Amino acid sequence: MKATFRIWRGDGSGGVFKDYATDVAEGMVVLDAIHRIQAEQAPDLAVRWNCKAGKCGSCSAEINGSPRLMCMTRMNALKIDQPVTVEPMKAFPQLRDLVTDVSWNYRVKKTIKPFTPKPPDAADGTWRFEQRDADRVQEFRKCIECFLCQDVCHVLREHSLHEQFIGPRFLVYAAALEMHPLDAGDRVGDLEAAHGIGYCNITKCCTTVCPENITITDNAIIPLKERVVDRFYDPLGRLLRVIGVT
Amino acid sequence: MTDYQTFDHDVLVIGAGGAGLRAAIEAAAAGVTVGLTCKSLLGKAHTVMAEGGIAAALANVDDRDNWRVHFADTMRGGQYVNNWRMAELHAREAPERVRELEAWGAVFDRTPDGRILQRNFGGHRYPRLAHVGDRTGLELIRTLQDRAVHAGIDVHMECTVVTLLMDSGRVAGALAYDRERGRFRIFRARAVVLATGGVGRGYKITSNSWEYTGDGHALAYRAGADLIDMEYVQFHPTGMVWPPSVRGILVTEGVRGEGGILVNSEGRRFMFDDIPEAYRAQTADTEEEGWRYTQGDKNARRPPELLTRDHVARCIVGEIKAGRGTPHGGVLLDISWIAKRLPNAAEHIRRKLPSMYHQFKQLADIDITREPMEVGPTTHYIMGGVRVDADTQMSSVAGLFAAGECAAGINGANRLGGNSLSDLLVFGKRAGEHAARFAREWPSASVDSRQVEDASRQALAPFDRGSNGKNPYAIQEQIQEAMQNLVGIVRVEDEMRQALAEIDRLRTEAAQAGVVGHREYNAGWHTSIDLANLLLVSEAIARSAIERRESRGGHYRDDYPQKDPAFGRVSIAVRRGGDGEMQVVQEPIPPVPAELASIIEEMK
Repeated sequence: MKATFRIWRGDGSGGVFKDYATDVAEGMVVLDAIHRIQAEQAPDLAVRWNCKAGKCGSCSAEINGSPRLMCMTRMNALKIDQPVTVEPMKAFPQLRDLVTDVSWNYRVKKTIKPFTPKPPDAADGTWRFEQRDADRVQEFRKCIECFLCQDVCHVLREHSLHEQFIGPRFLVYAAALEMHPLDAGDRVGDLEAAHGIGYCNITKCCTTVCPENITITDNAIIPLKERVVDRFYDPLGRLLRVIGVT
Repeated sequence: MTDYQTFDHDVLVIGAGGAGLRAAIEAAAAGVTVGLTCKSLLGKAHTVMAEGGIAAALANVDDRDNWRVHFADTMRGGQYVNNWRMAELHAREAPERVRELEAWGAVFDRTPDGRILQRNFGGHRYPRLAHVGDRTGLELIRTLQDRAVHAGIDVHMECTVVTLLMDSGRVAGALAYDRERGRFRIFRARAVVLATGGVGRGYKITSNSWEYTGDGHALAYRAGADLIDMEYVQFHPTGMVWPPSVRGILVTEGVRGEGGILVNSEGRRFMFDDIPEAYRAQTADTEEEGWRYTQGDKNARRPPELLTRDHVARCIVGEIKAGRGTPHGGVLLDISWIAKRLPNAAEHIRRKLPSMYHQFKQLADIDITREPMEVGPTTHYIMGGVRVDADTQMSSVAGLFAAGECAAGINGANRLGGNSLSDLLVFGKRAGEHAARFAREWPSASVDSRQVEDASRQALAPFDRGSNGKNPYAIQEQIQEAMQNLVGIVRVEDEMRQALAEIDRLRTEAAQAGVVGHREYNAGWHTSIDLANLLLVSEAIARSAIERRESRGGHYRDDYPQKDPAFGRVSIAVRRGGDGEMQVVQEPIPPVPAELASIIEEMK
C-alpha cells in the first residue's frame, strides 16, 4: 500500500512542500514513514526524534494541520487516499525541514523559581505526604515537554508574545511547583507579572493537543489564575494585606 | 583554527541522561565550571524511558530490607562476576540518592503512611523499587534537569562528540559538532566524564533510540581505556512484538511486578517449568503463592516471572523455538487476569501502569485491562563498558571518567531491573565529585590542533563522496542485522566469526559512506559518523563473546551451555593494541573480601 507524504523542506529563510510516495504497512506510525523516506529517498531530511514510544516528546510536528507526536500517530488514523501533510511546529523559529528551534522553552523554564522544599517534617529527616496529595502534581509531572501545547496556543502562535507569556507548558510547570506538597516557594507574583498568566483566555486548545492528556486548563491554569486573582484583584484581601493582617 | 568555536570548562560531561546530569550537578556543587553536552535536547535521553523504578533499600515497605540484602541480590543477579566494590557502594548509597531526589522535588508514589512507596521487581528479594507509576525515568530526569539548569552548568544541546582530545596520555577535552549548524566545537577540559549510555542501536530489535551507538565506549577505547564485560548484553524479556513498527519497544517489568503472568500459545504458564537452582529457595511453589507475593504478602515467595531478565528472556525464546509462541513470534503477557482476584482491576491496572495502558492502546489497539499483550525479547542494555575505579569512576586514562551504562562493573553478567537508575545516581555523583577533584588538582592540558584538524577532516569526508558514496542508513541496517542474527541471545562461535567478517566488510563500506546536502541538521551525515562507533562496539561484543566459552547471565553460548567456574574468576577485557588491532585478554576478578563474601553466603 502506497501513501504520499507532503513534507515541508526548507529552513528559516523559506521552503516548499515536497511529495514523497512510500509503502505503508499495518501498524505503522507517521515517524516510521518519515524514517523510510529518509533512508530511501531523502537522506538529509531533518527530523528530531528519540524514544519512538511517546515518552520523550521530541518528534512534535503538524500532521494534516494538527499538532501531534509523529511516533504516536498511526497511519490508520489518517486518510491515505490523499497526501498526508507533515510540517514543523509554527510557534517556534524554523531550523530545517521538520525541526524547529525550541530553545526559547528552555530559557523560559530558567525564569521560574525552582523547587524550594519546606523543612523535613519527619523525625528521620524526610517528609510524609499522602498519595492523594501526590496525585494532583503527578498529573502535571507527566509532561514530556513536547511543546505541542505551546505550538497550538494562539498567544504564542498567532500573537508571538513569547516575551510576555510563558505559555501552557510552563503554567503547568509552575502549577506542579505551586501545588507540590513540599514546596514553600511563592510564584504567584511572577505569574501575574513576568509570566503573563492573564494572556491566557482559556480556549483549552492546549488541553486538546496534549499527548499525555493533562487537563492543562482546568487543573493547572485556572487554579493558578484564581490564586492570582485572590492575591491581586480581591479588594478585601488587598486591604487586609496592606494593614498587615495576612 | 577560525572554523571552530572553543569552550573552556574544568569538567566536561558528555551525555545528559541520569548519570551525566547527576555528575554535572555534583561537579558544579564542588565549585568547578561544568559543561554538559548531549546528542538530543535536554531531558530526552534514554533515562526518560525507564519505567519500573529505582532500586534502593529504603525498607519503607518491608523492614527486612537493608543494603546487605540489596548487595547480595545484585551479586546473585550478576552471577558473581560483578565488581564487588561497586555493588557494595551502590547498595549502601542508593537510599541516600533517592531521598536526595525527593529533596530536589521528585514526587514518588506513597505508602499509606506517607513515605516513598516501593514495588517488587525481578531478582530483588523485597519490594525495593521507588517509583512513579510506570514513568519513573521521566521523574528522575526531569528532577535532575530542573536542578541542573539552576546550578550554573553550561548545557550544549544537540551536540555530538566525535573524538576525545588527548595531551600526552591524559584527556584534554573533546571535539564535537552541533546538529543545528553542523559546526565544530572544541571543548577544553581538565577532566571529562563519559555518560553516553549504551549500544542498543547495534541491534535490529531494541528498546534503544538512535542515540545509543556506543559513543562513550568507542571514545574511551580510542583514548586507550580498557573495556570489560562487553559480552554481557541484556535482552529484556518483554518488548512489544506487534505491529512490526513497534517491535522492540519496552514493556516494563512492572507489569509482572503487579501480577502479570507469561503464558504460551497453549495457555500454559511456562515460567514454573524451569527455575534455576540459585533461585529455587526464593521462588513460589504455586501460582497462589506467587500472586500473594505480588500483593505484598511477606510470607510468600516471588512468582517465577520475576526471575532475572537473562533467564526469563531465554525461557521465552525456548517457548517460541519449540513452536509454542504466538503467530507474531512472541508469547503472551497477561495482566488482565487479575480481574479474577481484584475488584476494580481495570482501574487498578490503569493507575499502576498508565503508560503501558496508553502505549498498547495507542500503538497496538490492545486494551491491556481486557486482553494479554504479545511480547518477546528486545536488546535493552549492556552490562559491559569502560573499566573504572569503583570509588572514583576514573578509567585507566588520567582525567577520563565514566558513569552509568557506559561504565562496567556494577552489574556483572546481568543487571537487575531498577539497578540502572540507582547506578546512574550513585556513580554519576561519584564521577562528578572525583572529576571535579581531578580538575582542581591537575594543571590545564593543552589541545593539539593537529588532532582537531584530523578528526574534523575525517568527520567531513562523507560530504566529499556525496551521492557516489555508500548509503549510511543501509550500512547501519546491515550492522543491526549481523548483530541481531549472529551475536544475539543464543550464540555459537561459527556465527560470531561470521559476524566479525561482516563487521570487517562493513567497516570498508563505512569508510566509503557518502552524504548529500548541507551540514545543517543532516541526519544522513550524523548516521555516517555514528557508524565507526557502532562497528567498534559490535566488534568488542563479538570478540569478547567468542572468548567467553561458557554461558553466564546475559551471555549464552549454545556451544558451551554450562557455566564454567574457571570463567567465573575472570573478566574479558578489550583494548587497542599497538598495531591498532583489538586485543582480547582474560583478567582475574579481584576476590570478594571476607566480610562481603559472608553476606553473599548468608543470603544464598
